[in-house]
Amino acid sequence: MNVNKIITRAVQELESGQIVNLGIGLPTKILDYISPDLDIFFQSENGLLGAQKISDETSINPELIDAGGKYIGIRNGASFFDSSVSFAMIRRGKIDLTIMGAFEVDQEGSLANWKIPGYFSPGIGGAMELAQKTPKVIILCSHNDKKGNSKILKKCKLPLTAKKCISRIITDKAVIDVTDNGLVLKEIADGLTLEELIEQTDAPLIIPQNIGTF
Amino acid sequence: MNKLIAIEDVVATIPNGASIMVGGFGNPGTPFTLIDELLKQGQRNLTIIKNDANETSLGISKLIENGQIDKLITSHIGLNKTVIDMMNEQKVKVEFYPQGILAEKIRNAGAGCYGFLTDIGLDTEITDKALLIEHQGKQLRIESALYADFAFIHAKLSDSYGNLVYESSAMNFNPLMAMAANNVIVEISHLVPSNQLNPEHIHTPSAFVNSIVNLELSSHKNKLASI
Repeated sequence: MNVNKIITRAVQELESGQIVNLGIGLPTKILDYISPDLDIFFQSENGLLGAQKISDETSINPELIDAGGKYIGIRNGASFFDSSVSFAMIRRGKIDLTIMGAFEVDQEGSLANWKIPGYFSPGIGGAMELAQKTPKVIILCSHNDKKGNSKILKKCKLPLTAKKCISRIITDKAVIDVTDNGLVLKEIADGLTLEELIEQTDAPLIIPQNIGTF
Repeated sequence: MNKLIAIEDVVATIPNGASIMVGGFGNPGTPFTLIDELLKQGQRNLTIIKNDANETSLGISKLIENGQIDKLITSHIGLNKTVIDMMNEQKVKVEFYPQGILAEKIRNAGAGCYGFLTDIGLDTEITDKALLIEHQGKQLRIESALYADFAFIHAKLSDSYGNLVYESSAMNFNPLMAMAANNVIVEISHLVPSNQLNPEHIHTPSAFVNSIVNLELSSHKNKLASI
């Protein structure tokens, strides 16, 4: 999977004025890629608003991490709070955009990312509340799993995190929007044909006349 | 009103089978020294309530690996493969809650209440259909308050009364758990005279704190350095 390609594309979703939560894994890497000119408050559910990447190793504060356990810094205007306030902020819809990973997504925009029974169940963490209550949910994931199976399904098979919650899916192969009519292809990765993409995607895709590349 | 106590004595008050809330989100705010004393004393059949399981060979993971914990009530253990494997092998029971629901269950107990209504997870397997309720025109589910016998808390500063101040992201579940447990044991990085704490800046008022273990004492210093 081309991580760099996914992150670089995801960064384009960010704009000044937003409050953004980044999930553990791929999404938290976005902090390393964004322009310092953007006036964004990154919320980290372990209790801070205003996270930014640390400027250098000497500025590490061992008590200051993001939700994935990585050392971070804070920007001007940052605040600290306890876990109940952190999720009050999330459940009250104060986060504009959340970007998270997925095991599976489907054509209705449902998300599964917390439990693979008997094998790998990391747990729910903040995902259920973020997915259900954030106005805009963007998923970053590889288009296919290691065996080549599509992660974009007609219907999720794993236990759900939240139903009909996703706005946009960004993979290494495509950018796809979830609409009332189904999944609409917006952009396709350079070098991939439409036929190949459709072949590698379990859910049906609506193909508009104009498709971008990335 | 002096609540300072030796760590051996206060941890010895915890019986087998106790429920213990443990502060921390990852490393920050985790009371590592109290956990290590519990590992040394070896109480068993414990129920631990903590946001995560720390990482392998760290914090409460040591207690789980040592077989002292029957049940872990938590939110996310994705950074601890050892505990995921032990859960899959049914060596430890793990009960998952959405993180903010876990926080709210604890906060609700800390406020002396018995539960609340929420719409989180209604379309998922965490919803117990027996606990659904129609209220104000909405389908909601009942979530119970979560109390515990003990809490292990880590704070940056305290006076001898137990007025606590936490540091940056080490706050997390600590102030909530300090209100929800019947017996609250705090390990502190620095003891300060009361007149050096600004009353406007206290995170946890002293009324909630029962015992204070000062990590600055020589007997704990080595442990502190090893964290």
